[in-house]
Amino acid sequence: MTSTSKGLEEARTASPTSQSRLIRYVSRVRELGLLVVLLLIVVIVSVQVPSFLTVSNLEQILLAIAIIAIVAVGETLVVLTRNVDLSVGSMVGFAAFAAADLFKQQPGTNVLVAILVGCLLGLVLGAINGLIVTVGRVPAIIVTLGTLYVYRGLDFVVAGGTQVSASDVPDSYLSLATTKILGIPALLLFAAAIALIFAYLLHSTRYGRQLYAIGSNPEAARLVGIRSNVMVFSAFLLCGLLCGFAGVLWGARFATVDSTAASGLELQVIAAVVVGGVNIFGGSGTILGAVLGAIVLGTVDDALNLLKLSQFWLQAIDGMAILVAVTLDAFITHWLQRALITRRQK
Amino acid sequence: MTETSKPIVELTGAAKQFGAVQAVRNGELVLYPGEVHALLGENGAGKSTLVKILGGIHRPDAGVLKVAGEVVELHNPAQSQHLGIAVIHQEPTLFPDLNVAENVFMGRHPRDRFGRVDWKRMYQEVERLIARLDVPLSVYTPVQGLSVADQQMVEIANALSLNARVLVMDEPTAALSAHEVEKLFVITKQLREQGVAIVLVTHRLEEVFALADRVTIMRDGAHVITAPTSQFTSEDIIRYMVGRELTALFPKSEAEIGDVLLDVQHLTREGVFKDISFQLRRGEILGFSGLVGAGRTEVARVLFGIDRGDAGEIRINKERVHISSPKVAMRYGLAYVPEDRRQQGLVMDFSIAANMTLPIVQQLSRFGVVVDRQREREIATDYSQQLRVRSAGIDQLVKALSGGNQQKVVLAKWLITNPKILILDEPTRGVDVGAKAEVHRIVSDLAAKGLAIILISSELPEVLGMSDRVLVMHEGHLTGEFSRAEANQEKVMFAATGQVSNDKHK
Amino acid sequence: MKQLRTLLSSWDALLVVLLLLAIILGTTLSPYFLTPFNVASLTKDLMEKAIMALPMTLIIIAGEIDLSVASTLGLASVVLGVTWNAGVPLWLGMVLVLIIGVAAGALNGLLVTRLGLPSLVVTLGTLALYRGLAYVVLKDQAVSNFPAAFTNFGFGSVPGTLIPWPFVVFLILALVFLGVLQWSWLGRQIYAVGNSKEAARFAGIRVANLKLGLFMLSGLLAALAGIIFTARFSSARPDNALGFELDVITIVLLGGVNIFGGRGTLIGVILSLFVIGAVRNALGLANISGDIQNIVVGSLLIFSVLGPNVAQSIREVLTHRRLAVGGVTKKE
Repeated sequence: MTSTSKGLEEARTASPTSQSRLIRYVSRVRELGLLVVLLLIVVIVSVQVPSFLTVSNLEQILLAIAIIAIVAVGETLVVLTRNVDLSVGSMVGFAAFAAADLFKQQPGTNVLVAILVGCLLGLVLGAINGLIVTVGRVPAIIVTLGTLYVYRGLDFVVAGGTQVSASDVPDSYLSLATTKILGIPALLLFAAAIALIFAYLLHSTRYGRQLYAIGSNPEAARLVGIRSNVMVFSAFLLCGLLCGFAGVLWGARFATVDSTAASGLELQVIAAVVVGGVNIFGGSGTILGAVLGAIVLGTVDDALNLLKLSQFWLQAIDGMAILVAVTLDAFITHWLQRALITRRQK
Repeated sequence: MTETSKPIVELTGAAKQFGAVQAVRNGELVLYPGEVHALLGENGAGKSTLVKILGGIHRPDAGVLKVAGEVVELHNPAQSQHLGIAVIHQEPTLFPDLNVAENVFMGRHPRDRFGRVDWKRMYQEVERLIARLDVPLSVYTPVQGLSVADQQMVEIANALSLNARVLVMDEPTAALSAHEVEKLFVITKQLREQGVAIVLVTHRLEEVFALADRVTIMRDGAHVITAPTSQFTSEDIIRYMVGRELTALFPKSEAEIGDVLLDVQHLTREGVFKDISFQLRRGEILGFSGLVGAGRTEVARVLFGIDRGDAGEIRINKERVHISSPKVAMRYGLAYVPEDRRQQGLVMDFSIAANMTLPIVQQLSRFGVVVDRQREREIATDYSQQLRVRSAGIDQLVKALSGGNQQKVVLAKWLITNPKILILDEPTRGVDVGAKAEVHRIVSDLAAKGLAIILISSELPEVLGMSDRVLVMHEGHLTGEFSRAEANQEKVMFAATGQVSNDKHK
Repeated sequence: MKQLRTLLSSWDALLVVLLLLAIILGTTLSPYFLTPFNVASLTKDLMEKAIMALPMTLIIIAGEIDLSVASTLGLASVVLGVTWNAGVPLWLGMVLVLIIGVAAGALNGLLVTRLGLPSLVVTLGTLALYRGLAYVVLKDQAVSNFPAAFTNFGFGSVPGTLIPWPFVVFLILALVFLGVLQWSWLGRQIYAVGNSKEAARFAGIRVANLKLGLFMLSGLLAALAGIIFTARFSSARPDNALGFELDVITIVLLGGVNIFGGRGTLIGVILSLFVIGAVRNALGLANISGDIQNIVVGSLLIFSVLGPNVAQSIREVLTHRRLAVGGVTKKE
């Protein structure tokens, strides 16, 4: 598998300010572009289906993607370091079953304990991923492709073909998803809080900035003393933790959980992250972008529903979204480099 | 340099082995504050390894390192930086997606009282550092868009921010224009005045005489001599580097120059080079001179079909040709020995034989399908002997060969294609002086046999010594054409720097 | 090259050991494991993956990867079913399906070679896209009224033997691929490209065309596998061969092909093919479900890269110890 290195372009300096303005402009474009696309979809669909633009529908969209957004936060951390985690769906599903089943096996369990169990499981699974990638020096794509199936298989073993249904779990658990605080569903608040915390982490802590450095130039990161292995491990760990928490919320939201929960989630998450402008080579991208990416895809999905188009388009659209987003990024980078060259000629 | 000062860095008895290769046997480097110290040696002499030991990248197998009089053991680069040693490598080690300010302070972001990254303070401090260097650089620019010279400035700013007492620069001028080199010299002198010890690893003797106070020469991994620059002449330095007297460095045999084989008219590639026209005759060696970045390699790439030209004509044997790929170029009798032999010239994990036959492997097949291994071996052995490739046999992987022998394998590979036009791009870069002479001999013989040769080289003596005619490029334009008789260093440098007014160079 | 061979033959030896272990596992789990009937059955189950593993080997050696093979198979199967249902003669449907396979591979190849996109992301996208299209075409339906002759081809054997027809197809393809990779100039070019894309380009190799061709070949063979799969199960469904990419990639990597490109042989891949086939079959005989079998296969995937890395580290530690003892002064 080829890993393209980032070429540092050779050129002559002309006016540095015009160049830097151009580059900064382009990096903002992604988030702005997503908002534009979002607006376009909203306009187009609400013209055809007025019920689209209602608060309740918009809330529906956000609820539908809240869990994806939480997982996308974790995936962003991993992708920033130039890695990828394909096992997120299996981790979420496993944690969902573990948490929900806890209530079934031990009625009267405190919700907090269930949350703890789910998060702990996610942490352990994420740690395994991280260890094999860092210490084992196995490419993340291989590791997480393998653990995607291993974790799902383990989930199956634990579930033993059984299913947890709404009657097996206490209302306090289900309320994690449904309770409204100040009129906003708790699920959305969790997602927003997590997004804000990690956005802060990435922007305002040395740790976060070093994650960017590792993805931008792993060699240079090593040379300035960044402990890449530890940090990459931590990214996988955090991703697992977030998946664990997302799994607990999954069980709360969907109530019926078996070993197939969250199958295929990884594709939706990666689509959200890629569409959101997080560079698959690492080094650039924001939580805001990833969340916007999830919202855009969620809006498209909702639009499909309302326009009475086949639900079976969903996976195809995720696939197309990935291809279109990555293609667009390639064109933008290409265009940007040509623009920089011509600016230098002036 | 103050006479009574104590050394800031003393590295003695250093040794480092990589597998079976003893890169450094007895390395020694003593640095005083406020001096520019040149570190010289052929490729493979151990300079890079010594520098990396100083930078904490390699742990030495033996040796004592003292910084400011105290013995230290370096475990990693960060530790070395803490002690005030900053190394600027040949390849810029920056983070392309991050801006200048972050690149300077990566890992050491200033924090406010809440522990958050203090962006404002960081931008201010870096702006201050950039101002000291007198470079028009915006701290907000992602490093990705900067020129190599500017990237070096970022690295120097980084060194300054570390309050480095020792600054090591590894071949810093390789990719700079004359103007940028001058600026670097000014900054180097500034730093010297401020008491920083500067190590300059270079192959360019003119830089050594222009800038360095003292010189350390290494050979075969061992320290040979350290003395003030004033005690050396160029011949002395070369003698210490090579260990033997060098006479005819550039043996040029007489060749009969025939009719025009390659005719290039108004060749242009947008943003890279413009309006390049020249002719190349059989038996002729046409030198392409200029600074790095002048566009010579870019012209070669278009000639060989790697890149596409936007305008202009190429005629071979009076016939107009469109060279759309290397395969097409080869069909017209072109061959190209590229600049970067490790990435472009050779498949490092292939054997000598496999490398030599790669361009013709399809023709070398029985029934057009199965590779004729026996013929392959015959050809490889034949050329290996002709070019005197020193190896453990044609099955040896090329990555185990020395630079000079690797270059010969690349040369052989292209000679096997029976070219009529051979383009050589920096054919003796990173090649030890002995092998250099051999390559020159081979090239000379080829011209005598009737090959038309383009020799792209940044080494003036090489170009002047080998070429029948010299073309000079500057920033994408042809700025000079000289016959062998007319050409000299001044005229070529003149044209290479694109200056209008008269300018004397040493 | 010779050094590479010696390295690889030790990996091949390991594969033989693994195969023996798998056989032991099988015979322990069931007395029927080594019966000719079961071996034939095991082989039958394996052939679609085997056929897809052939171009996958070339693609990975060339430095790329194709995650979309199983989805292409599914799409091919669905299209075959739909055309059959619509009254199109089966042979014509098959031709159409093969063309679609080539087109699917071409999309992958064009995005990778013309736009320079990483094959990992592209084929992840097409994995979703092609599978998604399969669902769009057939929704949650299935087509199963295929003619007996067709089904016989997928499920039956060469008359008078237990050798499944698909095995014959695979055998022919395997021999062709083997010849091309190990002996032809094309194989040499593939190794060159995988080792050093730049150097290959400078040597006159048409890297982009080569890779495009490999992706198209992968799509073609995935479609062929789709035809065989449909025939074998006499059923065209959008979720056919869901998850097969895991096995195909595991087979290739376990077979000693280096994920970074430039190394590997088909002999190793064929050995590892039967290791995976034997393991799945053995577990299946013991009534262990597919999901649980995946635990084993997923672990083998990780092991195929982890194992050599660990072995390398051990070797390094031992050499280091030897050097240190050998008298080079070590600072205390």
